[in-house]
Amino acid sequence: MGRKTSQGTQYLDMAINWFKYSSPASFYFLAGKMIPLFSVAAVLFCVVGLYIGFFVAPTDFQQGEAYRIIFIHVPAAWMSMFLYVVMAVWAGIGLAFNTRLSSMVATAIAPTGAMFTFLALWTGALWGKPMWGTWWVWDARLTSELILLFLYIGFMSLQAAIDDPRRADKAGAMIALVGVVNAPIIYFSVKWWNTLHQGATVSLTQSPKMATTMLTGMLIMSIACWMYAIAVILIRTRAIILERERHTSWVGELQGAKS
Amino acid sequence: MKPRNKKLAIIASSVTALGVASILVLNAFQSNLVFFFSPTQVANKEAPLGKSFRIGGLVEEGSVKRQTDGVTVNFVVTDTAKVIPVVYTGILPDLFKEGKGVVAQGKLSNDGIFRADEVLAKHDENYMPPEAADALNQADKARQTVLVQ
Repeated sequence: MGRKTSQGTQYLDMAINWFKYSSPASFYFLAGKMIPLFSVAAVLFCVVGLYIGFFVAPTDFQQGEAYRIIFIHVPAAWMSMFLYVVMAVWAGIGLAFNTRLSSMVATAIAPTGAMFTFLALWTGALWGKPMWGTWWVWDARLTSELILLFLYIGFMSLQAAIDDPRRADKAGAMIALVGVVNAPIIYFSVKWWNTLHQGATVSLTQSPKMATTMLTGMLIMSIACWMYAIAVILIRTRAIILERERHTSWVGELQGAKS
Repeated sequence: MKPRNKKLAIIASSVTALGVASILVLNAFQSNLVFFFSPTQVANKEAPLGKSFRIGGLVEEGSVKRQTDGVTVNFVVTDTAKVIPVVYTGILPDLFKEGKGVVAQGKLSNDGIFRADEVLAKHDENYMPPEAADALNQADKARQTVLVQ
């Protein structure tokens, strides 16, 4: 590697530092330091977001107070889609470059993603009954979100069914990668087909179709969900690292230091 | 079986299973992808007229009439081009209002009246306080009066 300019040297040093954390042992300690930060941020954003959602945001002109479930429904639905794509990316990197840590992160994301998918479906049902007049309909949006839940469950059960962790990683990566086609289907379903579910209120191409305080509450709740998801995924990744690396000397030293 | 062959078999079978699953799902979707038909589509005979299907559109202003039994209601679904008269016996959702979205499931009888056995409200993606909605309505009315003048 040529170190001609100082900039090049800096970049090289940074790259080396980053790669250091792709080793499970170093990542274990880095994650341990990050978890408290993200947990505290999750609680703070959640408190502020819920306060705005319940007390500051105004009543809706057509749905009255019932619309307030949006402050958990929409962030949960966003998370369910984002997390699936993030999971597929990590699983794909693990499959392509044979990096152990990426596959472990993908495995750690799945339960949180499944939880958010379930939350989105459940709060959607609770919202649908009073507003639409039904708990559930088989329209494109609801059905594709249900398929997302099955994809998460399929990923988790396939990995659990294979004893060798590296083989489980690879098999899971296949499901994750194939299933990623579903994410844009969910997002655009309300645009492509006639659905009972209404179209997007917040999108990248248009200004949001909701009052500013409502939008603020929803975005803060989304940040809270992100912080929560990162904290929980890091905790789970640490547990997976310990389980898979239990025969290595550094985990042995860790146990020796604790006892 | 060698480990490598076994791995290949597992990957191949999961991908095959997924492929079959997605074909089945897409196939099932094909007939259900259209959640409802608009009155124009019904007029063009695109809807499965012999079977039960859903129509969707707006409840026409001034068209909602309750019959004397108190639970049967008549209204007209419009997509601003064509209209379909609907009769429904049962409880309407809270958001069922004139000028708002509706999806009704039922059969089209020979007299051209749609006999619904389920009526769902379809609301739009706008959220705002009632004061803002009032302001928008008044601005809309003011603009229309200007146009009329």
